[in-house]
Amino acid sequence: MIEVKNLVKVYSSKKNKVIGVDNVSLTIKNGEIFGIVGYSGAGKSTLLRCINLLERPTSGQVIIDGVDLTTLNEKELRQARLKIGMIFQHFHLVSSKTVFENVAFALKAAKKSKEEIEKRVNELLEMVGLADKRDAYPSQLSGGQKQRVGIARALANEPTVLLCDEATSALDPSTTKSILALLKKINRELGITIVLITHEMEVVKDICDRIAVMQDGKVIELGTVYDIFTNPKEELTKSFIHSVLQFEIPDHLLKKRTGTIVKIQFKGEMAEEAIVSDMLQTFKVKGNILHGKIEYIQDMPLGIFIMELTGDPHEIKRAIDYISLRTNGLEVIKNVA
Amino acid sequence: MLLDSLLNLVPELNKAFLETIYMVAISLVIAIIAGLPLGILLFVTDHGLFLENTTVKSVLGFVVNMIRSIPFVILLVGLLPLTKLITGTTIGPTAASVSLSVAAIPFFARIVETSLREIDKGVIEAAVAVGATPWMIIKDVLLPEARPGIIHGITITTISLVGYSAMAGIVGGGGIGDLAIRFGYYRYDNTVMITTIVILICLVQMIQFAGDRIARLADKR
Repeated sequence: MIEVKNLVKVYSSKKNKVIGVDNVSLTIKNGEIFGIVGYSGAGKSTLLRCINLLERPTSGQVIIDGVDLTTLNEKELRQARLKIGMIFQHFHLVSSKTVFENVAFALKAAKKSKEEIEKRVNELLEMVGLADKRDAYPSQLSGGQKQRVGIARALANEPTVLLCDEATSALDPSTTKSILALLKKINRELGITIVLITHEMEVVKDICDRIAVMQDGKVIELGTVYDIFTNPKEELTKSFIHSVLQFEIPDHLLKKRTGTIVKIQFKGEMAEEAIVSDMLQTFKVKGNILHGKIEYIQDMPLGIFIMELTGDPHEIKRAIDYISLRTNGLEVIKNVA
Repeated sequence: MLLDSLLNLVPELNKAFLETIYMVAISLVIAIIAGLPLGILLFVTDHGLFLENTTVKSVLGFVVNMIRSIPFVILLVGLLPLTKLITGTTIGPTAASVSLSVAAIPFFARIVETSLREIDKGVIEAAVAVGATPWMIIKDVLLPEARPGIIHGITITTISLVGYSAMAGIVGGGGIGDLAIRFGYYRYDNTVMITTIVILICLVQMIQFAGDRIARLADKR
């Protein structure tokens, strides 16, 4: 379990003070994939780097499995870091060393014997699917392969926590998918807690269990991915979600419509019920679906439809009330009646 | 006539060439032994690095700059007491090597520091995050990553030493440069001067060529 308590990080220069992280408290459970999202400059990277004390917090505590890292001396901190893996956006491999040597470095830090290192590195490279690149130099690898080496290095000493600093931001979409699948596999099979920061909501949607949204150094919203996606509260969160779940129809199309246009959101089991057809049978309205999509977030469906309702205004109102009652996300986009 | 005077010069040239090699070799070895750790220290004690230490950094930086700002001829004469202490004499190539080394150490240290600065900070950070000790980071990350740059630095230092060694004549150090000054400059003997300059040009070209070759072989990126 990772507990961040009242963490503050202030960068002070002679002229001014910049607050990187502003009094953040978080608890990240064992075995979960926790996402921190926000625009650049929101403090998410600083917060992540405070978890393994790459940045020393100005005040506050970072407690991992009951040990407050901020109280450790250099040597104890090094020992603690062996159990906290970290991967980076730009991989940060040693370019003058082979794939094998890059991974072996982490094991050397743990003072493992030569035989152990040999065995463990081969195991790790097998796991990340790079057994055949053992003696290659980083410059001979693709971005995705470099990140796999990074992951192997981070997992070398069987850490309990893996920190991912924009780990997929420098990769193309298909490589991103494969790296995310690998992270998910690591999380499920080895039970490693993963903390990742990203500005890509796709990433969060694919693998996170819970997320925290950051703005100006503060956590402004926190919850399960499904809750945040289906019911975002803050403007920033809405705009982030909007970037993945786009249910807009073009303006010129909207103008031509004469009926009432509604956006209906179905959560969880509701998405599987026949609410719309019930509504059409019960009330004297015609429904015309303009746009529709069902997304699966953490394997739970989220359906969003944009419909045009035409007919008697009174009936339309009743139909809208009916749907509002049975779902909890109905928004009237355009109401002619 | 020209060939005769050149032939007469051969023993003299031979001796001078060996003296140059001798002085440059000694001071280069000392510059590397002392300058490499000094350069590393200048780098790792800098702000934001894993052995950050403002006091060490500024004291070392000040001393390095101070030595580098003294003109070599003054250093050569000024260090005579130290030379006497170390070598027991103040004349000859061995004596000259002392001041050459003192001049070369900070020069090389700054070059090492600069090569280390070229390394992506993220790579160093990744090593810190892995839980590596400072010694491991120096040995397994900093030095391998900066290797091509350091080899170039050794080349540059060697060539500078060849240049500085010309002034070693002041303390009777000898060497090719000294030959050029004594015969060419004081006695207006153009043959000797041109010959020695040609030798120096060849020597420098060879050092640069060899240095570039080795640096390329050491570059795995």
